[in-house]
Amino acid sequence: MMLMITLLDAQPGLGAIGAGFAAVGAGIGIGLIGKGAVEAIARQPEASNDIRANMILTAALVEGVALLAAVAGLLAVFK
Amino acid sequence: MVSRRFKSLLVAAFSLFSILFSNVSYAGDWNPSSQILEHIGDAHEFHFFTLNKKPISIPLPVILYSKDAGWSVFMASRFEHGEQTYKGYRLLEESYITENKLDPKIFKTGKIYAVDADGKPESYSIEKVYDLSLTRNAVQVLISVLLLIWIMSSVAGKYAKGQGVKTAPTGFQNAVEPVIAFIRDDVGKTYLGDNYEKYMPLLLSIFFFILINSLISLVPGTANVAGNIAFTGMLGIVAFFVIMFSTNKHYWLHIIWPPVPHGVKLIMWPVELLGIFTKPFALIIRLFANMISGHVIILSFIILIFIFGAMNTALGWGTSPFFIALAVFIYLIEILVAFIQAYIFAALTAVFIGLASEGSHGHAEGHDDAVVI
Repeated sequence: MMLMITLLDAQPGLGAIGAGFAAVGAGIGIGLIGKGAVEAIARQPEASNDIRANMILTAALVEGVALLAAVAGLLAVFK
Repeated sequence: MVSRRFKSLLVAAFSLFSILFSNVSYAGDWNPSSQILEHIGDAHEFHFFTLNKKPISIPLPVILYSKDAGWSVFMASRFEHGEQTYKGYRLLEESYITENKLDPKIFKTGKIYAVDADGKPESYSIEKVYDLSLTRNAVQVLISVLLLIWIMSSVAGKYAKGQGVKTAPTGFQNAVEPVIAFIRDDVGKTYLGDNYEKYMPLLLSIFFFILINSLISLVPGTANVAGNIAFTGMLGIVAFFVIMFSTNKHYWLHIIWPPVPHGVKLIMWPVELLGIFTKPFALIIRLFANMISGHVIILSFIILIFIFGAMNTALGWGTSPFFIALAVFIYLIEILVAFIQAYIFAALTAVFIGLASEGSHGHAEGHDDAVVI
């Protein structure tokens, strides 16, 4: 948290770099979720509806965290 | 092949040619990022486009209250897009701020400030003038609420008359019934168990309200409602209060005395206490950031055409089909994201309510230590 605040006070360009890192994190996280979901559907195709619902829910949680960081980066750029 | 070599030669010549025009100079004081901010922000009019330097827009009512001048209610068209002062107030446009060298940290674009006798805006207006205008976000929320009430009450009226209860549903019932059944089964019953019926009105309202506002915001010319932190903030605060009102003793017992070893308790206390607030906060930020990022991406692609056009008009025209196709693709994704984000908000609210109100699951056996030596 303190790291985030000090980074916000630093140059505005660092905010954009931080938002880029957040995008990398979101990509990795959601990619792992997709991998697990697709493998699970391959093992048991009749459960694909339940798996899809859980995949979308978990992906939204991970993306929420990544977007928290993206918003912090945006705030740094526009202040 | 001769034709292939000729084509590569043409590509090389064209790239070299376009590099010659790589000094970007914007006309006047045009700033792409401020243009994007203007599109996704709030305004006192619905601005559709500008024809021959004349803006085509629908002005909205301005309602101001100040201790000195009392209530002032008038249409935003009196401001003539920031060129006239009216009744001692002025709407600041970006060109006015840069021309008169005003401090952009105090005087923000698109806001109304009180002016003194010379017509210069005064900075006291930030504290003393209350702007309660019907801006485009407020008007759009009202329109979507009326639309939602009209759709839902007409569908409900059909059910009340018996159509669709024992017979097949007709008309718009066909569209609404599977969605409501989806929210009831996959969100209500799954996460809330037996007492899901108490929370169904809230979950359905959250889902349809976010959905209809997000879909209407996608139409070009409308306001960006779901990308407004106040809109999502209120939804998050409502969810927070519902979660707090549905807690029971087991919930607070687990926060104050969790069933973990004593060392871990010290870590769990701040985590759990902060977690009460971070869960609705994450709901707020998730919806806000998803909606605003979608709009910014679409706007960036369209404005890229103009950035390329500033370099060289032919380059702007040439790349425009590509960027417009990309923008249409992102539009389709944004429609999907609107549905997904509405579902996620409703589902996570149901999950948090369920976590807060879960009963004693297997507590009758007593708490076992996590580590058995």
